Amino acid sequence: MRLLKLVPDNTNFPFVSLRKWAFGLTILLTLAAVALVFARGLNLGVDFVGGLMIEEKFVTPPSTDKLRSAIDQLHFGEVRLQTVGTDGKTISIKLPPPQSSEKDATNKVVQAVQVAINKIYPDATFSKQDAVSGKVSGELIWKGILAVVLAVLGIGLFAIFRFEWQFGVSTVVAIMHDVLMTLGFFALTQFEFDLNIVAAVLTIIGYSINDKIVIDDRIRENMRRYRKMEMPEIVDLSVNETLPRTVMTSLTILLALFALLIFGGHVLRGFTAAMILGIFVGTYSSIYVSSSLLISLGLRAEPKADATTTGDKTERVAFKDIP
Amino acid sequence: MNEFPRWKVVSILVFLAALMALAIPSFLPEEQTNTWGAIPHPRISLGLDLAGGSYLLLEADVNDLANSRIDTMRDQIADAMKRATPRIDIGDISTRDGKISFMVRDVTQVDAAREKLLPLTGSGVGFTAQRDWDISVVDSTRFVVTPTKAGLDQAIDRAMSTATDVVRRRIDKLGTKEPTIVRQGASRIVVQVPGLQDPTALKELLGKTAKLEFKMVDENPADLEQASKGIPPLGTQLLPNSDTGGTILVKRSAVLTGGDLVSAKQSFKQEDNSPIVDFTFDTQGGKKFAKITTENVGKRFAVVLDDHVISAPSINTPILGGSGYIEGRFTVQSATELAISLSSGALPINLKVVEERTVGPDLGRDSIEAGVKASIIAVILVIAFMLVTYGRFGLYANYAVVINVVVIMGVLAVLNGTLTLPGIAGFVLTIGTAVDANVLINERIREEQRRGRSVIQSIELGYKEASRTIFEANATHAISGVIMLLLGSGPVKGFAVVLLIGICTSVFTAVTFTRMLVVHWVRRTRPAHLNI
Repeated sequence: MRLLKLVPDNTNFPFVSLRKWAFGLTILLTLAAVALVFARGLNLGVDFVGGLMIEEKFVTPPSTDKLRSAIDQLHFGEVRLQTVGTDGKTISIKLPPPQSSEKDATNKVVQAVQVAINKIYPDATFSKQDAVSGKVSGELIWKGILAVVLAVLGIGLFAIFRFEWQFGVSTVVAIMHDVLMTLGFFALTQFEFDLNIVAAVLTIIGYSINDKIVIDDRIRENMRRYRKMEMPEIVDLSVNETLPRTVMTSLTILLALFALLIFGGHVLRGFTAAMILGIFVGTYSSIYVSSSLLISLGLRAEPKADATTTGDKTERVAFKDIP
Repeated sequence: MNEFPRWKVVSILVFLAALMALAIPSFLPEEQTNTWGAIPHPRISLGLDLAGGSYLLLEADVNDLANSRIDTMRDQIADAMKRATPRIDIGDISTRDGKISFMVRDVTQVDAAREKLLPLTGSGVGFTAQRDWDISVVDSTRFVVTPTKAGLDQAIDRAMSTATDVVRRRIDKLGTKEPTIVRQGASRIVVQVPGLQDPTALKELLGKTAKLEFKMVDENPADLEQASKGIPPLGTQLLPNSDTGGTILVKRSAVLTGGDLVSAKQSFKQEDNSPIVDFTFDTQGGKKFAKITTENVGKRFAVVLDDHVISAPSINTPILGGSGYIEGRFTVQSATELAISLSSGALPINLKVVEERTVGPDLGRDSIEAGVKASIIAVILVIAFMLVTYGRFGLYANYAVVINVVVIMGVLAVLNGTLTLPGIAGFVLTIGTAVDANVLINERIREEQRRGRSVIQSIELGYKEASRTIFEANATHAISGVIMLLLGSGPVKGFAVVLLIGICTSVFTAVTFTRMLVVHWVRRTRPAHLNI
C-alpha cells in the first residue's frame, strides 16, 4: 500500500532568509490587530459587560425589525438583536442590566420581553438566558486577563527552565503575538467575545506552545549534533525536519475543528472559529516569530561543556553509540 | 526491544480495560445501574448547558448585615444600661460611621457601664482572646463601641451558613433533582438546579422571606371531628405535619411570628441530656409569649414554617423569661436543623442574584446531539487521515485514539466530572492533539529510516526522541489547562478537566500502548523495511 505523503522527504525551504520580510509583516499585522481592537472594540458578551442575554427559538425565521420595535417599546434600554445559528430561527436579545435595584428586576424584564415576543410570535420558546451584574462581569474580565497572563508567564518560565532563556523570551513574544492576532480577529469580525473565547485563547496558547516546543526541541537537538553550524542554518534545518509533523498535526486538528464548526451547533461556533484561526496563527508564529527570534536573540550553537542535567548527558551518550 | 514481557503486556491491557469499563455505566440508563448495588457505577453528570437548568450566583448584602448588627447592639446596650442596678443613665446615643457612641451622664458610673458592656461585646463563647467589638472611652464619659473585623466576619460567616441552609431548604421544596448549593467565598452562594423548566419560580422562591409562625393547636374533640371530615371549623386550618407526618389542626391566626424571634440554637436538656432547641424572643415577643404560655398550660402550640408544622410541643410550664426550649423526638442533627430553620425563618442576610444562566431543555438536547455528531465525524476523519498517511502505524494510533476517548470518559466518571458543551469541544480537540504524539513518533521513525537505520533502531530512536518532545509539549499544554481549571468558571472548567485528563491518558495510550503493539508486530513478522 502506498502511503500518503503530504510533505516530500528532505525539504529545504529557506524559511530563515525570509525572516526580515516576515518580521516586517508580523509587526505590521500585529499593530493592525491592536489598532482594530482600539478602533472597533470587541463585541463583548454579557459575561464581560454585564446585562441580560435572552435567546429565543422561533418556528420560522422572525423579522428582527418587528422584534426590535416590540422590545424597544418596553424601554429597557438599548436592545441588540443578533441571529445565531445557520437557520435564522434563533435570535439572541441583549439588554443592559436593569436600572431598578429591586431583587427581581431581572425577572421582570425577562418576563416582559417574553410576553412582548409571544404577542407577535406565539410559538417562540425560550432557549437560553444569561444575566450578569456589573460587579460579576468586572470580576470575569479580571479573571480572564489574569488567566491569560498567568498562562503566558507559566509557559515562559517552563521554557526558560527546560531550555535556554532565549527560548523562553522568544516563546512568550510569539504567544503574545498569537493572543493579539486573535483579539484583532474578534475586533474585525465582531464575533461575540465571551467566556468561551477566553477558553479558546488559552487553548490557542496551549496549541501554539506545543508547536513551538516541538521545533525548539529539534533546534536544541541539532545544536548539539552540529556544533559548527551557524544558527540560521540550524533553524532552517530544524523547521524543515519538523515540517511533515507540523503539517500533519495542524491538518488533523483542523479536520476535527471543522467537524465541530459545521456540526457542533451554534453555541460553540465562536469558540471553534477562534481555534481554527489560532492554529494558523500559532503555526506561523512558531516559524516566523519564535524560531526567527532565537537568531536575533543571539543563541549560539555552543552548549556549555558541562551538561546541566543528567538527562542531557544520557542523550549525548546515546548519540555516540549510534553510528 | 524485549521490554514488553508478558506480565507487562497483561497489566497494560488490564489497566486500560479497567479504565474503559468505568465508562460503561454512563452509557446505561440510570434505572439499570441503580440495581447494581455494591458494584461501583460512576456516572458522568451532564453540565447545565447540556442537561438544561439554572445556575444562580447569589450575593449577600454584607453592608446591610453590618448595619443591622450595629442597630441591634445599640438596642442591647440601651436595654442593658436601663436594667442595671442602679440604673445607668445614658444619652446622646448614636450610630454613625459604623460605630456606636453614647454618653454616660454620671462620671462615677463609667466603670459600671464598662462592666455591663463587656459581656455584650464579647464573642459570646467564654473568655476567648477575640472580641467582637472594641470599646473605648473618649472625653472621660463618651463610650465608642466599634465592631472588630473578626467579629463582623464571624457574624457574616454565621449568617451565610444559615442563609445557605435556608436556600437549600427552599430549593428542596421545588422537588427538583440533585440541586447543588455551595457557598463561595465569604459572601456568595452558588445554586445549580438541573432540569428546571422555569427559573423565575426558583428566583421568586429565593427572593421570598420564609414565613415562621407560632400557632395554637386546636385539640377540641368536636373541631377535630369536623376537621376529619375535611372541613376545618372557621378560624382553624389543617396543616401538614413534617414532624410526625399526617396533618394537624391549628388556629388560623398566628400568636407569634418569626419576626418576634431573636435566636434559636441547639442544646441539651439538663435532666436527661436529650437534644433540644433553645430559643429567645425579643422583648415584646417575650412578653406575648409569657402571656400565652401562662394562659395555655397543658395545651400545645405549633411551630409552623411555610405552612408546614415542624413541631408541636406541649406547654408544660409558663415561660416567662422570653426564652424557652422545644423538646421532641430530636437527634442532635434534627435539633440543629430545627434551630437553624427557626433562626433563619427569615433569611438572616439579604441575597441578590448577581449572575444567572439558564439553558432550556431543548437547547441542551440540541447541543448534545450536535456535539456527539461532531465528535463522531471528527473521529472518523482523523482515523481515515491517519490510516492513509501511516498505514499500519496509523492503525495503531487509531486504536490508541479510540481507547483514549473511552478512557477519558471512564476517568471523568470516576472523578465525578461534569460534561459540559465546551467539554465536548475538549474531547474533539483532544482527539486532534492526541494523534500529535503519534505523528511525532511516526515522523521520527520515517526520518530515522531515511537516515539508513535498521527497522529496530528506527523504531527505538523514533519512540525515544519523540517521547521527550511529547513530554515537554504536553507539560506546557497542561500549564494552560491547569490555569483554566483554577480560574475558569463552570463550562470552561468542564473544558479544562477533559483537556487535562486527555493529556495524561493520551501520553499513555499514544506512547506506551502503541509501542507495545509495534514491538509485538515487529517481533512476530521481523520486517526488513517499514512501510511508514
